[in-house]
Amino acid sequence: MTQSLTLDSISAHYGSTQVLENLSLAVGEGELVSLLGASGCGKTTTLRLVAGFLQPTSGTITLGGRDLTRLPPHQRDIGLVFQNYALFPHLSVADNVGFGLKQRGISGDAKTKRVGAMLDRVGLAHLADRLPAALSGGQKQRVALARALVIEPPLLMFDEPLSNLDAKLRIDMRVEIRQLQRANGTTSVYVTHDQEEAFSISDRVAIMHAGRIMQLDTPEILYQRPANAFVARFVGFENLIAMKVVERDGAKITAEMAGGIRLTLPLEQFGAIPDSFILACRADGLQVTDNAAMEGIPATLGLRTYLGRAYQYQAETPAGALIANGPLTRPLDAGVTAKLVPVPEQCTILAPEAV
Amino acid sequence: MTRNIHPLLIAGTVLVFMFLVGPLIIVLGAALSDTTYLTFPPQGLSLRWFENIFQIDAFRRTIFTSLQIALLSTVIALIIGIPAAYALNRHRIQLPGWLSTLFILPVLVPELVLGFSLLKNLAVQFNSPIYLSLLFGHSLIVLPYVIRVISASLASFDFSIEEAAISLGSPPLKTFFTILLPNVRSGVIAAFILAFITSINDVSISIFLTGPGLSTLPIQLLAHMEQFFDPTVASVSVLLMLLTVAVMAVVERTLGLTFLAK
Ligand SMILES: Nc1ncnc2c1ncn2[C@@H]1O[C@H](COP(=O)(O)OP(=O)(O)O)[C@@H](O)[C@H]1O
Ligand SMILES: [Mg+2]
Repeated sequence: MTQSLTLDSISAHYGSTQVLENLSLAVGEGELVSLLGASGCGKTTTLRLVAGFLQPTSGTITLGGRDLTRLPPHQRDIGLVFQNYALFPHLSVADNVGFGLKQRGISGDAKTKRVGAMLDRVGLAHLADRLPAALSGGQKQRVALARALVIEPPLLMFDEPLSNLDAKLRIDMRVEIRQLQRANGTTSVYVTHDQEEAFSISDRVAIMHAGRIMQLDTPEILYQRPANAFVARFVGFENLIAMKVVERDGAKITAEMAGGIRLTLPLEQFGAIPDSFILACRADGLQVTDNAAMEGIPATLGLRTYLGRAYQYQAETPAGALIANGPLTRPLDAGVTAKLVPVPEQCTILAPEAV
Repeated sequence: MTRNIHPLLIAGTVLVFMFLVGPLIIVLGAALSDTTYLTFPPQGLSLRWFENIFQIDAFRRTIFTSLQIALLSTVIALIIGIPAAYALNRHRIQLPGWLSTLFILPVLVPELVLGFSLLKNLAVQFNSPIYLSLLFGHSLIVLPYVIRVISASLASFDFSIEEAAISLGSPPLKTFFTILLPNVRSGVIAAFILAFITSINDVSISIFLTGPGLSTLPIQLLAHMEQFFDPTVASVSVLLMLLTVAVMAVVERTLGLTFLAK
């Protein structure tokens, strides 16, 4: 009995400080949407609004068509998993997991059975009588997960559930979370500041900045076709170069950047290109070559670092400082004059923005 | 495994210990003395001065009053102090910093001043019954301790635990009792003991607020001392100590166990 969640033009304030600005978000039935963004951008605030611990200054929140906005938090029936686990220190693992069932008037055998089955699913049946203090971080997070899942809520929300765990366990746990979420088909909102984590487990990701959603899309689209400069930088397009089309010629265009440098770009790769645009390239999308005959951005190379799969260079160009990669077979030294050649597959086109 | 401990450290520890326990031993010794005057070491051993307390009517009554006032004022202070400490800590970010200072003001004001102003403004002005004035005064002086001690144990309480319970369907008030209180149990016990001891030993407030027909044990003791210099002083002191220890033990057991059983 999973349900869809919508946030419609939500604004939120702490005192007189606005924290969320007209935020709208729709999470489909059974979908897992992540809120991804730097610390302080309003992710936790968004969850607290949906959970009911905070009231929006305007806007509505609905779950399965039911208006939640004015409902007190204990009547919202939402499973929450916190970063710091938030287990009840004075209750055993089994009592922690059974807490929500008890509130629903489920007791005795029915409760024991459901708690037991849930603990089995998260692999903690043998720890049922332990107190939380005697558990490892990973075990605590499993208990927290079991406690939220056992009430079979129509909506699950996670607030950075893995950030207190070590790297290896984080990866195991996120797979586990995704599997449990898929198996139950529970609509979920997942908050994290870790891009890899968000991209790996989400159906869609909302990239947040300063209380707004900058783009909400599938990880693939976000990664390849960011909608704006902020998202482009966020997903690793290090180089953003402002350009103007000077010539259109069938399947390709010629465009000019600062310093009068011209590049030819194939339309087939980028689709329509407006007269004024931003060329966004990952470091891999600007290949360093010392072959002066190539068409590219002339550059003076600076610091070289080793990435394993390539060398990376800090480069000074007429269009500003850029970051480009070069082949392992041909390391170039600082001070060398070279060309940075755009690789269309690793670049994308953005609409120009008022800065 | 043995460790070298510096002899000076041992000597220092012994000295401090003697300084703390010495007076108690002297009082206990004097109380057990068979003489009609205060002396240490005791000459002869007898419990007659303890018997004496219970033979004097005024002492019998004031022991009861003291216990009653201490228990009631402690309970009142807990009933007001726990929610106050909770609100102060739960909403620490939103509340102005001076607010928590406001709640410890009664300890900062000299108790004599407090006692006198209570007498003038409560007992005289409103002609409030002595018993109520006394209870009010005691509740007032023990409240800061309760708020301080509970605040200290709430400072390490993670309020997201409370939110977890609420999100699982437990109403806020129920959550307060089933989740918050059990987790600040030791703070509540400590606050209870501290408040009780403060009340039962209080002189400076009580001296203003006691009156005809109603006195507390320490005040009665003062009155007795003005006329007699017998070991009753010592035996009453020992009795006060025993009462305190007994209450501590009872509170530890009952409060500790009932909270655990939940
Ligand atoms: N209780 C609060 N009072 C005032 N400001 C707050 C409070 N909680 C969060 N904020 C502010 O609101 C903004 C968003 O916070 P939050 O939603 O916690 O961010 P995130 O979870 O994305 O790191 C931050 O600038 C933070 O400083
Ligand atoms: Mg947060």
